Amino acid sequence: MVEFALPANSRPVAGKVWPKPEGAKNLKELRIYRWSPDDARNPRIDTYYVDRDDCAPMILDALIWIKSKIDPTLTFRRSCREGVCGSCAMNIDGTNTLACTKGIDDVKGAIRIYPLPHLAVVKDLVPDLTNFYAQHASIEPWLHTSTPAPEKEWRQSPAEREKLDGLYECILCACCSTSCPSYWWNGDRYLGPAALLQAYRWLIDSRDEAAGERLDNVEDPFRLYRCHTIMNCAKACPKGLNPAKAIAEIKSLMIERQI
Amino acid sequence: MAEVDLRPGSLESRRPLSPHLLIYRPTLTMMMSIAHRITGAALYFGTLLLAWFLIAASTDAEAFAIVSSFMNSLVGKLILFAFTWALFHHLLGGVRHLIWDSGHGFAYPQREWLAQATLIGGALLAAGVWLLAFWAR
Repeated sequence: MVEFALPANSRPVAGKVWPKPEGAKNLKELRIYRWSPDDARNPRIDTYYVDRDDCAPMILDALIWIKSKIDPTLTFRRSCREGVCGSCAMNIDGTNTLACTKGIDDVKGAIRIYPLPHLAVVKDLVPDLTNFYAQHASIEPWLHTSTPAPEKEWRQSPAEREKLDGLYECILCACCSTSCPSYWWNGDRYLGPAALLQAYRWLIDSRDEAAGERLDNVEDPFRLYRCHTIMNCAKACPKGLNPAKAIAEIKSLMIERQI
Repeated sequence: MAEVDLRPGSLESRRPLSPHLLIYRPTLTMMMSIAHRITGAALYFGTLLLAWFLIAASTDAEAFAIVSSFMNSLVGKLILFAFTWALFHHLLGGVRHLIWDSGHGFAYPQREWLAQATLIGGALLAAGVWLLAFWAR
């Protein structure tokens, strides 16, 4: 359902302004969404100041700097710190991206950081991705075959393999799905760009033998057809992939099999 | 701390929803999607006006005079111009969707060009029709 306003318990209120680091000359301001399950209060926006001369260049570096030097309670996911794992996906300066690949100096003025949009918040910048992962599982992202397995590997020509480029690189960070207004309003029934990109990745895999079943699985007014080519997904993807195009390709496959 | 209920069921129901529409930086294609819906809805209203015009024209001179005076008023003209613009904007939006349905125009910057072309084209076509109408008078 389309709901513009947040529920009463979700509206952020003004938070704490943390003291500026002493003796720092080059400051960067960050306004970060905070919510803790340990009290019954509304989310708040805390303001922090990072000493740019003491902090590495990326926004993830700034978050880690805050956590180690100012406020150890600040909670966020991170792991690889180089755009491979997808853990530190969050809304930075109004757009979903990875904190580890976005530079502090790429944002003019104060950096506003929120968790990925329209998800239940577990704590601070950590959203609940249970539904997102379940949707990925629902498209059965593994090889389906009915012919007997070959003695060695399932062969694929270089040209067939090339079709997977721009699809297999997805790191499941959820930047795309949670940038999509259609997913915001119908995330319980619409599979969203990330799951559909993977659905297409298996549909056009030359080794896969379950294209029909895969198409049946997504042929639904909500699961597939809630995509209205808003394109926020393609703009948000930190890996430069294009889920909108993949969804259009699935729609074409739907038509092709009917004629 | 002691008074806080941390049982899993209760915790999940208290989790806030993270901010979405109001914190997301607007993108051109997103705004165009919203505009496509709004113009689409506006066309229902415009079609009612058209129906009113046709019914009045087929009734009698008195009924037609009422429609005519409304549509010739400044407010009437503004509404008609907005209807013309909504029609062309929505029409070109439909063409844009047709191009996308054929699997083209998804890459950057083509998707931005398509959006800009729809925006500018809709305004130009609407202005063109009105210039033509005034010129033909």
